[in-house]
Amino acid sequence: MSDEPNKGLLSPLRRKLLMGMAALPAITMLPKASFAQAPATSAVNTTGLAVTDTEVTVGILHSATGTMAISETGSIEAEKLAIEQINAMGGVLGRKIKFIQEDGASDWPTFAEKAKKLLVNDKVAAIMGCWTSASRKAVLPVMEQYNGMLYYPTFYEGLEQSKNVIYTGQEATQQILAGLNWIAKEKGAKSFFFVGSDYIWPRTSNKIARKHVENVLKGKVVGEEYYPLGNTQFNSVINKIKLTKPDVIFTDVVGGSNVAFYKQLKAAGIDLSKQALLTISVTEDEIDGIGGENIAGAYACMKYFQSLDNPNNKTFVPAFKKMWGEKTVIGDVTQAAYLGPWLWKLTVEKAGSFDVDKIAAASPGVEFKGAPEGYVRIHENHHLWSKTRVGRAKLDGQFELIFETADLVEPDPFPKGYQ
Amino acid sequence: MFGDYSIGDLGSIFVMQGFAGLILFSVYVLMALGLAIIFGQMGVINMAHGEFMILGAYVTWMTSNLFQTYLPSLFSGYFFLAMILAFVASGALGMLVEWVLIRHLYKRPLDTLLATWGLSLILQQAFRSVFGAREVGVDLPQWMLGSLHVTESIEVPINGVFVMCLTVLITVGVAYVMYKSRWGRQVRAVVQNRIMAGAVGINTEKVDRYTYGLGCGIAGVAGSAFTMIGSTGPTSGQLYIVDTFLVVVFGGAASLLGTIASAFSISQTQSTLEFFMSGSMAKVLTLLAVVGILMLRPQGLFALKVRK
Repeated sequence: MSDEPNKGLLSPLRRKLLMGMAALPAITMLPKASFAQAPATSAVNTTGLAVTDTEVTVGILHSATGTMAISETGSIEAEKLAIEQINAMGGVLGRKIKFIQEDGASDWPTFAEKAKKLLVNDKVAAIMGCWTSASRKAVLPVMEQYNGMLYYPTFYEGLEQSKNVIYTGQEATQQILAGLNWIAKEKGAKSFFFVGSDYIWPRTSNKIARKHVENVLKGKVVGEEYYPLGNTQFNSVINKIKLTKPDVIFTDVVGGSNVAFYKQLKAAGIDLSKQALLTISVTEDEIDGIGGENIAGAYACMKYFQSLDNPNNKTFVPAFKKMWGEKTVIGDVTQAAYLGPWLWKLTVEKAGSFDVDKIAAASPGVEFKGAPEGYVRIHENHHLWSKTRVGRAKLDGQFELIFETADLVEPDPFPKGYQ
Repeated sequence: MFGDYSIGDLGSIFVMQGFAGLILFSVYVLMALGLAIIFGQMGVINMAHGEFMILGAYVTWMTSNLFQTYLPSLFSGYFFLAMILAFVASGALGMLVEWVLIRHLYKRPLDTLLATWGLSLILQQAFRSVFGAREVGVDLPQWMLGSLHVTESIEVPINGVFVMCLTVLITVGVAYVMYKSRWGRQVRAVVQNRIMAGAVGINTEKVDRYTYGLGCGIAGVAGSAFTMIGSTGPTSGQLYIVDTFLVVVFGGAASLLGTIASAFSISQTQSTLEFFMSGSMAKVLTLLAVVGILMLRPQGLFALKVRK
C-alpha cells in the first residue's frame, strides 16, 4: 500500500514518456532545428545501413596501388580531410563519420568487387570513390543493384546519369565550351590542333570540342591525333604541329604520357608563351611530374585552381597542407573529391535520413557555400552547377587565374548538337 | 595533305622527322640493351627491367635534389654523376637480385618470368612507399632544355641529341666489353657451353652475377636518361617494357647487332607511319608488321648459329 502514492506520482510521467515515444516517427517531419538531440537511429535509417546512435560508416574506394595511385592519392586525401572536418563540427545528424577504405588497385573488376563488399557486407551509407570512367562504369551496376550512393569526383566525358551517383566533377561541356569561347575571343584563334590519349574521355571531349569549333566558333580543326595510353614519344606529332602552325593546341593527353608530351614540346623549341596551348588534362598534380619550366605559359581549363582567391579556399588550402604536408599540391579533382563528403552531409541533413532513396530525391538543389571553388549546387541530373575557369601555368607549378565565367555553368551530360 | 605548304617548309619538316626517327631509335636501343644482355646471354626473361630503369630515374631525381640543396653551383653538371650513380644503384640491386632469386631458377627459364614479374610488382610498391604515389619532376640544368637552331626552320631537341650520343657511347662500350675484353670472352663461353666453360676454370656463377648486374646497370642509365623525355613515377617502368621486349625479340635474342637492327627498323617504320596517320594507327601497323615477320622468321632478324 505504501507504494501506491509513488505509483500515482509516477504514472502521469510515464504516460507522457510513452506518448512521446509514440510520437517519435513524426519527428522526422519537423524541421531539423526543432530538436537539439540526434534523431533516433530507427527513424533516420530504415534500410539497415551501418548507422548507430553515435556513428555512421561510409566507404572510400580509390586506387592506392597500381598505375592510377598517382592520380587518386589526392582524392583519398581530400575525402579524409573533409570527413575529419565534418566530424570536428559534430558529424552528420549527430553521428560521427567512420570510414572504411578499400583499394581498387587500378583494376576495374576489383573496383566492382570492393564496391559490392562495401555495400553488402559493410552496409556503408555512401561511397566516395572511383576516378577513371572505366572504374565508374564497372561500379555503376553494383551501385544500382544494391542501391548505394556514389560521390564521383573526376571531370569526365558525360553521357551518363544515375540516381545512385552524384558527379562532383565537371562533365565535358562544362569543362570545354567556355574555355574554347574564351581562347577564340582572347587570341582570335581560328585553327585548332587536337592531341589526346586514345580512350573514351579524350575522344568524346574532342568530338564535342570539334563540333563547337566548327559550328559555333566557325573555326577549323587542322589536326586531330591520338596516341596510345602510356606513349612516351611525341616528336612526330610535334612536327605536324610545326607544319600546320595552329593558333591553338588543344590537348587531353593523360598520365605518364603527359610528362613526355610537355618535355618534348619544350625540347622541340615550341615556346608556350607564343604558341597558345589549352589543356583540359593538366592540374597542379600533373605539373608536379611535368615540371613547371616545361609547361609555363600553357592555359588549363578547369573549375578549380589551388591559387583561387576566395575565403573558402584560403581556409581549405592551409588545412589540406597541415594534414598532408607542406609540399602537396591540390588539383581540380582533389577539390571535387573534397566536395563529396560535404555534399553528402548536407543532403542527409536536408533529407533528415541516411536512406539512399531519400538522399537521391533530396540531392537536387542542395548547395554547398563552403566549397573551395566558391559555390556549388546539385542539378536535377545529379551533376553540379559550377563555374568554368581558365588559368595560366606558372614556373612554380601553380596557375594564375585568367578568366572565369560570370555565372555558374549548367551541367549538360547529354548535350544536344554535340553527339 | 602537302598542297598548302612550301617546299622549304616540307624540307625542314622531313629533316626534323628524320631526327625524330633517330631519337626514337636511340631510345629503343638504350632501353633494349640491358634486356638484350640479360635475355640474350643468360636466357632470363627479366620482367622487372622497367623497374630497374625507374630506380635509375629516382636516383637521378635524388641527385638533382641533393645538388640543388647543397651544391647549387655545380648543378649544371649533376646529370653525369647522376647517371653513374644510377648505373651503380641499379647494377648493385641487380646483382643482389641475381644472388637471392635468379640463380636458383636458371634451370627453369619460364619460372624466371614469373619471379621477375613478382619482383617488378614488389619494386613498384616499394617505390610507392618510399617516394610516394605521385610522379616526381626531375629538374634539368638549363643547357639541356630547348633546342638547337640548325637553320631558320630546322630545330633539333637538345635532349634528343644527348640521348643519341649516350646511346652510341654505351653501345660501343658494351660491344667492346662483350667482344674484346677477357670478361666478355668468358660471358660468351658460358652462353655457348656452360658445363665446358666451368670445366676450363671459368667461375660461371660469378660471370652470371656480373652479367645480370651489367644489364640492370645499363637499364639504370637508360632510366636516368629518360627523365629528360618521360615521367618518373612508381609505375612509369611499365611504359617501356612492351617496346623493350618487342625490340629484343624481333632482333633475335642473343644478338647485339640484331637488337640494333630491330630498333632501327621498328623506330623508322613507326615514325614514318606516325607522320602520315594517327599515333595509334601507326603503332597498330608497326606491331602487325613485326608479328608478320616473326611468323616467317621466328628466331628474329639475327640469330646465333648454334649447333643443336
